[in-house]
Amino acid sequence: MWGILRRSAVDGGGFSASSLRRTRFALVSARSYAAGSKEMTVRDALNSAIDEEMSADPKVFVMGEEVGQYQGAYKITKGLLEKYGPERVYDTPITEAGFTGIGVGAAYAGLKPVVEFMTFNFSMQAIDHIINSAAKSNYMSAGQINVPIVFRGPNGAAAGVGAQHSQCYAAWYASVPGLKVLAPYSAEDARGLLKAAIRDPDPVVFLENELLYGESFPISEEALDSSFCLPIGKARIEREGKDVTITTFSKMVGFVLKAAEKLAEEGISAEVINLRSIRPLDRATINASVRKTSRLVTVEEGFPQHGVCAEICASVVEESFSYLDAPVERIAGADVPMPYAANLERLALPQVEDIVRAAKRACYRSK
Amino acid sequence: MALSRLSSRSTTLLQPLATTSLLRRRRHISTDTTPITVETSLPFTSHLISPPSRAVETSSQELLSFFRDMALMRRMEIAADSLYKAKLIRGFCHLYDGQEAVAIGMEAAITKRDAIITSYRDHCTFLGRGGGLFEAFSELMGRTTGCSKGKGGSMHFYKKDASFYGGHGIVGAQAPLGCGLAFAQKYSKEEAVTFTLYGDGAANQGQLFEALNIAALWDLPAVLVCENNHYGMGTAEWRSAKSPAYFKRGDYVPGLKVDGMDALAVKQACKFAKEHALKNGPIGSNHHAFAFVFEQILEMDTYRYHGHSMSDPGSTYRTRDEISGVRQVRDPIDRVRKLIISHDIATEKELKDMEKEVRKEVDAAVAQAKESPIPEPSELFSNIYVKGFGAESFGADRKELRATFP
Repeated sequence: MWGILRRSAVDGGGFSASSLRRTRFALVSARSYAAGSKEMTVRDALNSAIDEEMSADPKVFVMGEEVGQYQGAYKITKGLLEKYGPERVYDTPITEAGFTGIGVGAAYAGLKPVVEFMTFNFSMQAIDHIINSAAKSNYMSAGQINVPIVFRGPNGAAAGVGAQHSQCYAAWYASVPGLKVLAPYSAEDARGLLKAAIRDPDPVVFLENELLYGESFPISEEALDSSFCLPIGKARIEREGKDVTITTFSKMVGFVLKAAEKLAEEGISAEVINLRSIRPLDRATINASVRKTSRLVTVEEGFPQHGVCAEICASVVEESFSYLDAPVERIAGADVPMPYAANLERLALPQVEDIVRAAKRACYRSK
Repeated sequence: MALSRLSSRSTTLLQPLATTSLLRRRRHISTDTTPITVETSLPFTSHLISPPSRAVETSSQELLSFFRDMALMRRMEIAADSLYKAKLIRGFCHLYDGQEAVAIGMEAAITKRDAIITSYRDHCTFLGRGGGLFEAFSELMGRTTGCSKGKGGSMHFYKKDASFYGGHGIVGAQAPLGCGLAFAQKYSKEEAVTFTLYGDGAANQGQLFEALNIAALWDLPAVLVCENNHYGMGTAEWRSAKSPAYFKRGDYVPGLKVDGMDALAVKQACKFAKEHALKNGPIGSNHHAFAFVFEQILEMDTYRYHGHSMSDPGSTYRTRDEISGVRQVRDPIDRVRKLIISHDIATEKELKDMEKEVRKEVDAAVAQAKESPIPEPSELFSNIYVKGFGAESFGADRKELRATFP
């Protein structure tokens, strides 16, 4: 598994002989999770990741609304205040511009803040600090001021929360040079990517998903180790296939995997790519896959125009045009503000049948 | 001492030989650190706190250094004006001439472990923190020898080793950032303070009040300094602020109004604010006991001679009489000049010679900067990330120009 191979490069110290033995063992049992392994919810995965990083580095601290005494609006920071005290876990007033700026200033001075947005919709109130104060500083100062900050929180649609609370910000943040943008799917993604993000010396936007918090995933021993880390900028092939490549991230990975099952029943073998990293985007893995399958369906939950799918489509057309046997298909959220009524909300978001239909079109198998 | 005072008033009575030896003696005095007490030009006005005394302790050495450093800053800004008109400086160029006393007085009250963060009007603040003329002019002209290797420009000077965190282009953004620096100082238990400078235009920004609130709640050692030059670009303070008493705008935060054209008043106020912010130390806090707030707002009543930037003539929203009036009556360099002369620290001629030296220094730095190389094209792609993970970046034509990060 990529994560383990890359670990020594990313993680620096702490690569002991015993972890080396574990690495070799894990490589052998690569494709499947270890039999009889544990399960972990994404929520617990995130919580344990923050906990371990706070324990390892005294410069890491958490701030956001309700992260302390309330135990976290979505319980991601549960127990951290009790464990680390009010000098490491800060409840902020509801003033995103102010507290995000304070977090970035603390990062200028060398601390490692983990700033929580209750949802990324509220990050728009602080977006100037994310982009102008954080992302661009290393460049404008020619390397003098780096900003080791993580902005994290739920992104995208939840259930029935309406137009102002459902937007996906992946495309917006991923267009900015100087930011890194990560989007975990599984518990292992959540642990490995968040740990990598907190250790990273650059500003990272970490896009979680509220509906994934409660979902359980098998988790390997490897991933449970406190030094576990996943590489930034590397996608994961969740399911190998040969007929069509389907890329996506976050909650949609689950939908695409279900679509792949349905497609398999109809004799179409889909290769599913979990992007994990929106910026840097793993163009190499995506293109290699498309060169193998000749067909591409890109899936995302966010607004379609100028989205992540558009970038992937452009990349593949630029790099692998002669390999394509069909036009690239895009499945994205509807080009409308999110409606409240349940049936309309369902129409506004990609469903498994949409993904299946698009894959079939790409394979010239529709109708 | 008495002899020198006599001789300066009546140089014609002395033989040239005696004069020379007297000059030599005065040179010795210029490094004199014996305390001199000077009263500030105006009393301090305060909000929620007892103001500091008007009697400021200084010395010959300090006054001469004030003079020289402010003259250097003044000269740098005037040189920048010429360079901009010669199109060697591009984009934005916001000049600080007239406001030098704020930068200089502040430096006299603090150390390099105290942090400063300011707006885009940052050239002189950079110099005050120990930045060099050559690096400043190089940066302004987009050369690789600039303090930001030519990649920042006028608004993005930094000097992290002297705790100077820029240089910010977005009005008011530096307010929460500065409170964040203060947060880090408290977190790391450093006995240091952050001075966050902003203008009368930025004083109305919401994020400033958000940051003030958090800094007060969390007992952060932050001093907010409003450099009130009375015009937010072209809008006078009375047209943008319902309450232009910026030192009171913190409400529960104590404030002080300071004559920002008087370097000694600035020094006194900054010293006072720093002591207040460190009073209980970053370790102790008694915010449950009573409403003790570590922060302060210092409103510096100052003035900029130039317009908001080089694209603003600065005379469409204020009269030339107003500008020349301030220059005649309140100029910060002239104030220190008069102090130096009246205290017999140096003669008018010696000060003029000093200014000539300063001018030469600035001209030399400009000439050297003009000869400096522009950045290599590969610098387009450097410093995006600290850790690039082998990611790619692209030029305008990605099939023509692309780079891989280390």
